[in-house]
Amino acid sequence: MALTREQIASIATLARLELTPEEVPVYQDSLSRILEFVGALERADTANVTPMAHPLPGLTQRLRADAVSEVDSHERYQLNAPLTAAGLYLVPKVIE
Amino acid sequence: MGALHTRTLTQLAEGLRRKSFSSVELVGELLARIEKSQPALNAFISVTAPEALAVARAADRTLAAGAGGALTGVPIAHKDIFCTEGVRTSCGSRMLDNFVSPYDATVVAKLKRAGAIMLGKTNMDEFAMGSSNETSFYGPVRNPWNPKLVPGGSSGGSAAAVAARLVPGATATDTGGSIRQPAALCGITGMKPTYGRVSRYGMVAFASSLDQGGTLTASAADAALMLREMAGFDPRDSTSVDTPVPDYVAALEQPIAGLKVGLLAEFFDKGLDEDNERCVREALRVFEGLGASVTQVSLPNLPMSVPVYYVVAPAEASSNLARYDGVRFGHRCENPRDLSDMYRRSRGEGFGAEVKRRIMTGTYVLSAGYYDAYYLKAQRVRALINADFIRAFAAVDVLIGPTTPTPAFPLGAKTADPITMYLNDIYTIGANLAGLPAISVPCGFVQGLPVGLQIVGPHFSEARVLAAAHAFQRVTDWHTRVPVGYT
Repeated sequence: MALTREQIASIATLARLELTPEEVPVYQDSLSRILEFVGALERADTANVTPMAHPLPGLTQRLRADAVSEVDSHERYQLNAPLTAAGLYLVPKVIE
Repeated sequence: MGALHTRTLTQLAEGLRRKSFSSVELVGELLARIEKSQPALNAFISVTAPEALAVARAADRTLAAGAGGALTGVPIAHKDIFCTEGVRTSCGSRMLDNFVSPYDATVVAKLKRAGAIMLGKTNMDEFAMGSSNETSFYGPVRNPWNPKLVPGGSSGGSAAAVAARLVPGATATDTGGSIRQPAALCGITGMKPTYGRVSRYGMVAFASSLDQGGTLTASAADAALMLREMAGFDPRDSTSVDTPVPDYVAALEQPIAGLKVGLLAEFFDKGLDEDNERCVREALRVFEGLGASVTQVSLPNLPMSVPVYYVVAPAEASSNLARYDGVRFGHRCENPRDLSDMYRRSRGEGFGAEVKRRIMTGTYVLSAGYYDAYYLKAQRVRALINADFIRAFAAVDVLIGPTTPTPAFPLGAKTADPITMYLNDIYTIGANLAGLPAISVPCGFVQGLPVGLQIVGPHFSEARVLAAAHAFQRVTDWHTRVPVGYT
């Protein structure tokens, strides 16, 4: 199936990706081809088949004791942050 | 001393223990080889020379005292997808170009504890999305067998480094073939363990139900030694499996007489290059000569593995890569107007073309109205493929086929059409969908280029898969060939 420019723009908005005007037709073409390619799955008979989310069936989520296991290392982690102040991550103003 | 690079990982570990040479000598020789190769191969993103030499000096002291672990003093490289404390972990992306990991991945920590020394971080496709190492922000890696050709991907830097004997072993990851395909194209041994066998903690996530760490080495015996140190339960990885790790090295010599080998019918399709097919069929005769019995088996749903993968993997990737928002780490755009502008431009600038393509594909197949038709449908077909494997392993011990349809291809040959590139992984994706251990070993050459043979086993059969590969390598010498210029 062929995607429109508007559909590409809407997918990019959902994915929070800024696309340049030149990128839009490129993704329009390649995403359309990918969707056509994966469209082959339609032909598989999957009636009564349970979807498989995980390769090791029977594996259950483990729980751990509710005990402190990590120390506060925010100063070390924030060395990678683009902008911080007083131990907080700074972003553009959200509420006026 | 000189020429230590010609020895295997196993031989180097042994030589260091016997003090035939020092770790400082060995590390020094390999660092010089890395530096010399870099303009031609571009296999490394970061080289940690001063740190490596300091650790080598300490390793020599440990060895002199008669102490140490299984890999004390042995140099290795890590794919730049594994977090390394205090060292840039870029994942081949502009997004993480400035990211210095505050902690070690479990795999990195375990290999450190075993005594291995990191020489650097290897180049890779951006966020492991690619089959040719051409999507890296740091430029493509070139194949040591011919610099006009790709090394495969996404673990192309690790594969080229081992093939060129810059390091005796390297870590790698495999989501759809990213260990086995570059191993095949570079003429080395690539081992992807069972999903859950090796911890994913600190391994940058791409598609969490498929990603698995493993090894690139010159031989199956070296893979056994490295994997034995890497594998094991990790409470920090919620899908890590709490099953004891067998001694893969001790299990290498188990006889393969009587081994039931299944020849995977669907792998001998029209896409398979006829010279590749000839090499693989000759390899099967080697297995028969060793006393294995070969029967043909069919996995009728396997041809759908690539379409399943290109729904499931992008869907999981779009979710995993949502964390790169320019807030806490990674690239942030200049002068954002507001929060939304910051997200959009940081991600638009930080991610490369293929990563954006996969994020958008994943976003689309998970979006309202398409979730059932694409994502749930793909998960259902995944279940059919998994059931095919379970049925096959009721009749045979291992499945054997080619790793790739063709030998290495030229740079740029498959970048125009994503589908052509995706079809490189047609024989490797099945093992990821079902979470199975699989290895690629060299099984011949076509016009001077290596060809890979793939051996796939049931869950947690690493010991058997490695032993089968080792038995093959005891009677063949394809894995000992080294590209001209790197001998």
